[in-house]
Amino acid sequence: MILFEDVSYSYSPGRYALEHVNLDIGGAELVAILGENGAGKTTLVKHINGLLKPQSGRVTVSGADTKNSTVAALARKVGLVFQNPDHQLFAETVEKELAFALVNFAMPPDEVSRRVDWAMKEFELTQYRDRPPFMLSGGERKRLALASVLCYDPQILILDEPTTGQDSRQKIRLASLLKRLNGEGKTVLVVTHDMEFVADFIPKVVMLSKGRVIAEGSAEEILTNRELLMGASLLPPQLAELSWDLALQRPTIDLEQVVSAASKLVGGSQR
Amino acid sequence: MAIIEVQGLSYSYPDSPKPNILDVNLTVDEGEFVLITGPSGCGKTTLCRCLNGLIPNSYGGAFSGRVVVDGLLTTEHPVYEIAQRLGLVFQNPENELFCTTVEREVAFGPENLALPRGEVRSRAEEALGVVGISHLWDKSPEEISGGEQQKVAIAALLAMKPRVLVLDEPTANLDPLSARSVLNILAKLNTESGVTIILVEHRLEMVAHMADRCAVLDDGKLLLIGEPDEVLYSEAVDRMGIGIPKAVKVAKRLSFGSKSGKKPLSSRDLADIIRGGKQ
Ligand SMILES: Nc1ncnc2c1ncn2[C@@H]1O[C@H](COP(=O)(O)OP(=O)(O)OP(=O)(O)O)[C@@H](O)[C@H]1O
Ligand SMILES: Nc1ncnc2c1ncn2[C@@H]1O[C@H](COP(=O)(O)OP(=O)(O)OP(=O)(O)O)[C@@H](O)[C@H]1O
Ligand SMILES: [Mg+2]
Ligand SMILES: [Mg+2]
Repeated sequence: MILFEDVSYSYSPGRYALEHVNLDIGGAELVAILGENGAGKTTLVKHINGLLKPQSGRVTVSGADTKNSTVAALARKVGLVFQNPDHQLFAETVEKELAFALVNFAMPPDEVSRRVDWAMKEFELTQYRDRPPFMLSGGERKRLALASVLCYDPQILILDEPTTGQDSRQKIRLASLLKRLNGEGKTVLVVTHDMEFVADFIPKVVMLSKGRVIAEGSAEEILTNRELLMGASLLPPQLAELSWDLALQRPTIDLEQVVSAASKLVGGSQR
Repeated sequence: MAIIEVQGLSYSYPDSPKPNILDVNLTVDEGEFVLITGPSGCGKTTLCRCLNGLIPNSYGGAFSGRVVVDGLLTTEHPVYEIAQRLGLVFQNPENELFCTTVEREVAFGPENLALPRGEVRSRAEEALGVVGISHLWDKSPEEISGGEQQKVAIAALLAMKPRVLVLDEPTANLDPLSARSVLNILAKLNTESGVTIILVEHRLEMVAHMADRCAVLDDGKLLLIGEPDEVLYSEAVDRMGIGIPKAVKVAKRLSFGSKSGKKPLSSRDLADIIRGGKQ
C-alpha cells in the first residue's frame, strides 16, 4: 500500500530530515510512528500525500510513484490531518469546513449533509455547527481537523499528533473509531508522542530517529525495550515502567496482566 | 501571600449560549505549583486568558468577578503590563511566533523590558540552552518541527523571567524526554527560585507528583481542587474521563486508596508499597 524505497530528503544542504528510509506498510494496518522532536515524522508523512517528493529514492502509494501524481490527485486517497490544525482550518463555520472537501469531490448534496452530520456527531462538534473554527477550544479544533478529513473517507488515513488537547474520554472515542475504520480495511498511520495512547490502542510501531527508521515491530515488543526507547528520546509507557518497578518476569503494556501480577504480589507480602 | 486572586469569576464569550467560566474562586499563593486539568472544552484556556487579562481586555464578552495578579486588577491594567508579571505560553504557540529567527524570537520579550543588550543576549542564550535548542538559534520559526516551535515559545517565556508562569499544555508536541525535561525545569524554577507555576495538562502521570494542588474544571466550573493524590483518588474524577495515571488505576483496582489510605501517584511509589518496601 505504502512503500518507501531508500528515500532521502533534506530541507537544507548537509542535514538530512530523512536518510535512506525504507518502509513497507501493507494493506489494512494500524501503525504508530514514534520518534524524538525533529526525527522526521512530519517530513515522512508529507511524502505519502505528495506534499514533499523524495530527493532520492522512491515513494509509491498503491503502486503509483508519488513523483507522477499531484497532491490534488493523491488527496482523495490519502487523508492527512496536520500537526497544527490551524494550518488546515479556514472555513467560516464548522459545517462549511466539513463540507468543503466533500463538495470539492463533487458528492451529491444529501450525501454531503449525511457525512457532515456523521462527522459532527462522531467528534462531538454538533453544538458548534455554525461557529467559526477559530472560536473553538484547542482540542475542539483538533477534532474538527480530524473530522474534516475522516468525513471524506480516504483509503489511507494519516494523523499527525491526533491526541493533542484531547482528554482521555476523547482519546478512547478516537481510538475506537480508528479501530473500526482499520477493521473495514483502511490503512491508518498515527504520528504521536503519546506513548500511553500507543500502548493502549495501537498494535504496531515504526520508530524513527534522526531521519532513519531504527525499529519496527509490535507495540508490546518495542514499548518494553528500554534501550531502544531511550535511543529516540522516548520514555516507556507507565505500565512498562510499573512492570520493571515490580520486577515482573515479562514486562508488559497490558493493564489486566499488571493488575493480576500486582495482586499476587500484594497477597504474597501480606502472608 | 496570595499572588493570584480569582473571586466570583464568570465569563461568556460574545454570543456564547452559556457561561464558559462559572463562579470560579481560586487563590494561588506565591511559590505554589498548581495543575489545572479537565475535559476538552471545559474552560482551561479561557481561565488562562482571564489570568493574563486577555479576557476581557481583548475578547470582550460578559465578564464578572475579579482577577488580581500580583496586586494588579486585570480589568484596570493593560495586558502588556500584566504580562511582565505573569507570562503565558499559549496552547498553540506556533501561531504566536513572528520573528525571523529563533534567537530574535526569544530576545524579543527581554528587549521590550528595556534591559541592557548584554543581559538580553545572555537571557536568550540561557533560555535556548535550558530547553535544548541552542543549535536552532539562526533558524526561522517556520523552518523547524512542531515540537521545536513549542520549545521556542517556552524559551521565549523563560527569558522574560516573570514571577508567575502560566503554561497551557506546553508539552503537547514534545517528545517524552523533552516533555519531562521541560517539566523538571518548571519544578526547579518553582522550588529553587520560588516562581509560581500554573500548568494546564492532560497528561497527569507526568506532572501530578510535582504539583502542590490540582484543580479540575468541568463545564466552566471549578469542580475540585486539592492535593493531587486526594483529587486523583476521588470518585468524582473517575466519571469525568480525565487521564488518570496508570499507577492510580492499578492501585484503585487493588483497592489501595479506600482500604489502606495509601495513594501512590507514580509507578515507583506504587511498586514500593506493593513490595512492602519504603513508603
Ligand atoms: N520547513 C522546514 N525547513 C527547514 N527545515 C525543516 C523544515 N521543517 C522541518 N525541518 C527540520 O527537519 C527536521 C525534521 O522535521 P520534522 O518536522 O519532520 O520532525 P518531526 O519528527 O515531525 O518533529 P516533531 O515531533 O517536533 O513534530 C528537523 O530537524 C526540523 O528542524
Ligand atoms: N474565542 C471563542 N469564542 C467563543 N467560544 C469560545 C472561544 N474559545 C473557546 N470557546 C468555547 O469556550 C469553551 C471553553 O473553551 P476553552 O478553550 O477554554 O477549553 P479548554 O478547556 O482549554 O479545552 P481544550 O482542552 O480542548 O483546549 C468551549 O466550549 C469552547 O467552544
Ligand atoms: Mg512533526
Ligand atoms: Mg485549551
